[in-house]
Amino acid sequence: MKRHAFNLALAVATPLLLVVVWYGTSSSSTNAFFPPLRQILSRFADLWLFEHFTSDILPSLGNLVVGFVSAVVLGVALGFVLATVPLLRAMFEPSLHLLRGIPPVALVPILITLVGFGNEMRISSIMIAAVFPTMIATIDGIRAVDSGLKDVCTVYQLSKRDRLLSVYLPSAGPQIAAGMQVSLLVAFIVMIASEMMGTAQGIGAMTLLAQQTFMAADMWAGILLLGLIGFLSNLLFDLIKNRVLSWYIGSKKMEKVS
Amino acid sequence: MNATMETHTTNDVSPGNTPRLLVQSLAKTYGSGPKAVEVIEDLTFSVHAGELVCIVGPSGVGKTTLLKCLAGLQPSSGGTMAIDGRKVSGPPAEMALVFQDYSRSLMPWLTVEKNLQLPLRHLRLPAREMRSRVEDALGEVGLSHAAKRYPWQLSGGMQQRAAIARALAYRPEILIMDEPFASVDAQTRFELEDLCLKIRDELGMTILLVTHDIDEAVYLSDRIVAIGHKPARVLEVMDVVLPSPRNQIDTRALPEFSAQRTKVLSLIRQAQA
Repeated sequence: MKRHAFNLALAVATPLLLVVVWYGTSSSSTNAFFPPLRQILSRFADLWLFEHFTSDILPSLGNLVVGFVSAVVLGVALGFVLATVPLLRAMFEPSLHLLRGIPPVALVPILITLVGFGNEMRISSIMIAAVFPTMIATIDGIRAVDSGLKDVCTVYQLSKRDRLLSVYLPSAGPQIAAGMQVSLLVAFIVMIASEMMGTAQGIGAMTLLAQQTFMAADMWAGILLLGLIGFLSNLLFDLIKNRVLSWYIGSKKMEKVS
Repeated sequence: MNATMETHTTNDVSPGNTPRLLVQSLAKTYGSGPKAVEVIEDLTFSVHAGELVCIVGPSGVGKTTLLKCLAGLQPSSGGTMAIDGRKVSGPPAEMALVFQDYSRSLMPWLTVEKNLQLPLRHLRLPAREMRSRVEDALGEVGLSHAAKRYPWQLSGGMQQRAAIARALAYRPEILIMDEPFASVDAQTRFELEDLCLKIRDELGMTILLVTHDIDEAVYLSDRIVAIGHKPARVLEVMDVVLPSPRNQIDTRALPEFSAQRTKVLSLIRQAQA
């Protein structure tokens, strides 16, 4: 327990120390590309904490959330169908693996051509890119459902609904969650990429604009914000995951003990 | 070949004496053509209401295949099966199965209570009956205190108790158990065997239990169906006459117990030779 607390303190203290070191060593910097952290932080407060919060951060985050959530819903649904209908799997699995191989960011230009520069383009880029990790993980997870549990379903004649919601889905849960975590990362990347073309709005656009106008402090402030969003969204995801999959974490711990 | 062996298979399907479960000439062959493997040649046996019958045979004789066919997990290649005189095909609704491997039989994401409720959901019982069935079944196996716990928080023996409780809450006409005590330690094994006898006595449950353990079969059974040979067939059906109630210490010390044990063992040895 003591060791645990020590590790936690270390995990918090080390990054803080690094920030302090950055703050100290950069304070007298005159390099145009590496401005003092003090300046970056003050630009951060000016840029992101007030008016741009509603005009740029919220729309970006909105796109991220809508794109990610629809990707997950679609990914789980498609994955489930593909894993349980052998005919469809045989037909579509090779093409899916090919599609998955395309770098997600490369989809943005195609969607601009097809959908234009609006929010719809951004949301659909995020969704299309983020759907694959969740879908593939769902296929694998459903296929890996223990045959013993399947026998239980047959013997006790569970309804289709109970099989789906109470056996297959929870059983594939840990794998689906791992896929979702990758989807979240991809969604975040594509969110930024989709804002770097044809728009002046959003975190990605603001950061790119700062870079192109040699506003180094603004650029660093944007990157700091992206880092924070990435970190916090992952933290939130982990919190939810640990709650939903507490049975899995508990049973794994138990396995280690015995 | 085995003309010396008296095989009194029960074929008495006279009215009023309909067995709870009647299996006739069950056969199972995997594959077809020259590569076909015949696992079960001909198994005929019956289990009457309230009886505890053990099917005993050496490992690899096809006991699990037999159970899978009975439970509708695999199609049989021939023969018929009837419950209370009604022919059944596919997974029979009247049957509950307790599997050998409890860790692959209970849902780890559901509490013990929810595990028991899961098979009952499609029966659309009133909420009160659902609750009382689950409570009764947990009480029967001595797990009332563990209703809200997860299977992986329980010992192996308790998990198998939970699996038995799930079968009981389903209120089957016949309870089938596949080597149910093979994965627990010896002490727990004795406890679970006695639980089996208790269920039979208190609830009048009809139980068909498959085991490779001859001592276990003799201790539990009203009748033993010894199977052997490859492909499998019934060697002999024996009544086990031991005073009841049975208990682990006195029953196993009886001369009748060892006589019965010797008989079954030599029968199975003989078939293997």
